[in-house]
Amino acid sequence: MDITKKICAGDVRSASRLIRDLEDKKPQARPRIKKLFPYTGKSFIIGITGSPGAGKSTLTNALIGEFRKHRKTVGVLAVDPTSPFSGGAILGDRVRMLGHAEDEDVFIRSLATRGALGGLSLAVGDAIHVMEAMGKDVIIVETVGIGQQELDIMHHAHSVVVVLVPGMGDEIQAMKAGIMEIADVFAVNKADRPGAEQLQTELTSLLNASPLPSGVWRPPIVSIGNLYEPERFAEKTVELMQAISDHHEHLLISGQLSERMERKALMEITEAIRAALLEPVMGKLIASGELKRIAQRIKNRKADPYTEAEAIAHRFLKPGDHP
Amino acid sequence: MSERKIRIMVAKPGLDGHDRGARILARCFRDAGFEVIYTGCHQTPEQIAATAIQEDVDLVGLSCLSGAHRVLFPRVVQLLREKNASDITVIGGGIIPEQDFQMLYDAGLKAIFTPGASLDSIVDWVRTNIHVRD
Repeated sequence: MDITKKICAGDVRSASRLIRDLEDKKPQARPRIKKLFPYTGKSFIIGITGSPGAGKSTLTNALIGEFRKHRKTVGVLAVDPTSPFSGGAILGDRVRMLGHAEDEDVFIRSLATRGALGGLSLAVGDAIHVMEAMGKDVIIVETVGIGQQELDIMHHAHSVVVVLVPGMGDEIQAMKAGIMEIADVFAVNKADRPGAEQLQTELTSLLNASPLPSGVWRPPIVSIGNLYEPERFAEKTVELMQAISDHHEHLLISGQLSERMERKALMEITEAIRAALLEPVMGKLIASGELKRIAQRIKNRKADPYTEAEAIAHRFLKPGDHP
Repeated sequence: MSERKIRIMVAKPGLDGHDRGARILARCFRDAGFEVIYTGCHQTPEQIAATAIQEDVDLVGLSCLSGAHRVLFPRVVQLLREKNASDITVIGGGIIPEQDFQMLYDAGLKAIFTPGASLDSIVDWVRTNIHVRD
């Protein structure tokens, strides 16, 4: 059986190997992802993001359990940071998800950022495609622990859950641009801790601050307490999943799902063009040693990067292509 | 530019909760430039084998200090074989008496590291013996 058929039939071994090839940028991966592409685009993609230690993996684990109760098949892509010094990584999100390791309808894959700065790995878009082709109903993408501005998840997910915890700052933080704007659902986690009520109040007043035109989604706030009070935690997990499902329904009814998918397609083609144009040019410049020589000249202030880049563009683009 | 990175799963099978060694090893692998899937304590061999396949690791490092290695380590190797994943190398470490070494090698483990093994020697072993597919 060829690899496309195997992956579409749900074969985990073939899928995880292809994801590895995509991460490692092996040449054999590109034609395979091209073949899979027609079978992608049918899964519901949820992003889980928030600061380190906010509880993203724990909530992901709880959501897997909820989706499995509804007999949905689940894919999880969990991203953790790569060391800028050694290039190594410790991928530890699975520690919170051990209970699902043997469930054949749950496929969990850890990815390292490998230098990407947007809170994800460069391979995450294609890894989502692989899981879509496997026929997963739901794909949960868990970002690295983020700060204010690692927002790449909004281009990949249909619904974004921002996980907040009490004690991380005042209402000025909540007003700022970036992470607070991309939430479709807010999860106030560890809500048994001091400051949770204040955080909830601030979020509410933030959402109330600007009038909401009719038909526009207002991100619900779900407060989730202590993991070690299992009954209450389970109730809150159901509430979180309901909020996510409500958002999904809203996207479908309002036509925004199609808008978001178009936004995603635009991002994908932009990235693909960048790669298709840049990689061969960079490959040649690196192989010939020219890139290093140019860098030397720039370092010594014998040249500036802008003129050099324009000269290279002139050399590689056909006449008439130049703006 | 394509670049293969070695992926290693570090896991503790069984009921033993002493994970200091496993954690130190995970950090040491990270510092050597490997990607480490750290899964912690209290796992069944079935969970370990399933995870190794989902993560497409090259190597599974098992740690056991409880004495149950004679049963748990070979079971992981056997499960990987059953799932057509015998290309994933399995090594073990922990409190393992010398008289058990041969039994574990016969079961398919490729190396055993016991207390006193230097971190460098373990990293060297990985660099020498783990060849990632093309």
